Amino acid sequence: MSNPNPSTRAPQPLTAAANPPVQPLASNLLASDVVRISATAHVPEPARQLTQVAKLIDVSKCIGCKACQSACVEWNDLDPEIEDNVGVYDNPADLTPDLFTLMRFSEYENPDTGNLEWLIRKDGCMHCADPGCLKACPAPGAIVQYSNGIVDFISDNCIGCGYCVAGCPFDIPRISKKTFVSTKCTLCSDRVAVGQGPACAKVCPTQCITFGPKEDMVALANERIVDLQSRGFDQAGLYDPQGVGGTHVMYVLHHADKPSLYAGLPEDPKISPLVEALKGPAKLVGLAAAGAALVGAALHGLFARANKVAAEDEAAAQALVDAGGHDGSDGAASDRASDRARGGIGTDPPPADRHGHGGGSGRT
Amino acid sequence: MQPRIHSAPGDAIVSHQPVSLRRYGGFTRANHWLTALCMIVLVLSGFAFFHPSLYGLTALFGGGQTTRWLHPIVGVVMALSFLGLFIQMWRLNLPAREDLEWTLKIGDVMRGNDDNLPALGKYNAGQKLVFWAFGVLILALLVTGVMIWEQYFAWMVSIPVRRVAVTVHALSAIGIVLVFILHVYAALWVRGTLSAMTRGTVSGGWAWRHHRKWLRELARRDTRDNTGGSD
Repeated sequence: MSNPNPSTRAPQPLTAAANPPVQPLASNLLASDVVRISATAHVPEPARQLTQVAKLIDVSKCIGCKACQSACVEWNDLDPEIEDNVGVYDNPADLTPDLFTLMRFSEYENPDTGNLEWLIRKDGCMHCADPGCLKACPAPGAIVQYSNGIVDFISDNCIGCGYCVAGCPFDIPRISKKTFVSTKCTLCSDRVAVGQGPACAKVCPTQCITFGPKEDMVALANERIVDLQSRGFDQAGLYDPQGVGGTHVMYVLHHADKPSLYAGLPEDPKISPLVEALKGPAKLVGLAAAGAALVGAALHGLFARANKVAAEDEAAAQALVDAGGHDGSDGAASDRASDRARGGIGTDPPPADRHGHGGGSGRT
Repeated sequence: MQPRIHSAPGDAIVSHQPVSLRRYGGFTRANHWLTALCMIVLVLSGFAFFHPSLYGLTALFGGGQTTRWLHPIVGVVMALSFLGLFIQMWRLNLPAREDLEWTLKIGDVMRGNDDNLPALGKYNAGQKLVFWAFGVLILALLVTGVMIWEQYFAWMVSIPVRRVAVTVHALSAIGIVLVFILHVYAALWVRGTLSAMTRGTVSGGWAWRHHRKWLRELARRDTRDNTGGSD
């Protein structure tokens, strides 16, 4: 930190290919650039709109080298556990709290061409425009969305409840068993903040992963799709699912009509209606019901007569007990407190006058 | 057919002048208050996660992380504690013939016109409803709660099932809060009830007014004991 307080803010990154500047630059991803905050209804209007960024993963150019996976581990200083080789290329077997991105390998026998296709998809957070994790999160400020589209977890505010797991349509967040916070790809928000592209895009040797303004990435994708279609991949297309408002990590797929071929990429991801309902009006209705019950109880308590035991009740009980429980009744409706008290059905009524006393507990 | 039993084995007349009856023994009362304490902790910590406006309640437990850790543990304690109450009380909470009449006369119940109500055993239909509602809701909360217990049981169910569990958990929570409010309010509004769970006893007049069959049974049992020679 030769210059702890640089006066110049970093430019917004336009590519992952650029080398970092020699001069230290101040972060250009500010708290005021946040457009959505978990469990927070009112977010102040941001003063500026950052350029919407996106990472484009052109699956057709991936060679499965896992450089992106390694770069991610290195940049984020992760330490994923060494697992056993179970005979497939996927390694580790799944995303973990210490692995934010994972190459998933699928073998597909194309029935049209008879070819065996090796489909490789880099799995990780899609940075949804409408993030289910953020919607499901109960902890204020644990998940934020910046105006450039990055969805980021703020670990200091995370409580490790796992609701983001239920909210995410892509099965991305993982809860650490060591730190009890949820983790996922940050789209290298800390690199983007200083004008750099994500580490995975930076290292990709085939430029299968590219990064820049979302508009540019869509344009690049369209070029690639035209190229792929000219090579016989008629169904090549862009995966930018609108069910979650579009994403800031997009795929070019050779089989865009069948995303599930790529290790179960969802066909039409959406936030579950259960999560939407729960986080929408349902909870307010629930709170209102509880509040109404409290108010109702309070009003009944204030304005309705309390259900008090009368002197006659005590006297009748006394008589019944003195009679050894034998009042000639099996509990029919004729059991009226006043009748019993006046009736003197006890075989051995106490001598004292017990009609005029209030309560009964005071008598000896 | 066996005659219906309206009282628990420990219920007894403990004083004759004035009449005082033991309704709950020490173990049952401790069991009840442990359950109640758990309930209060669970409502406060659960509401903190229920709606963002109530998140501040986490401060009572030392922050969000601690609250997240504590809530399910207390939940399990409460479920076990309630199981204790359930074992002790379920038989007397089975439906009885007079429950229907009591329910139909709910207006008299609300106005406190107990003279118009049928003679009842140890519990009225409202108390039975509270009992069974607690039982069903606690079971639902326990099962769904374990399913969403991230720290230990994240592996147990798939994510779609987890979404259902989260929803059922939240709905059941609202349900149990409503039952809880009903339970507490009824105990406060029907004067003389609270002592059943504090000192363990109720007055004869209270029993006559609200649970006459229970009182009569205790009185009869008491007589038999007296003829045995002791008072």
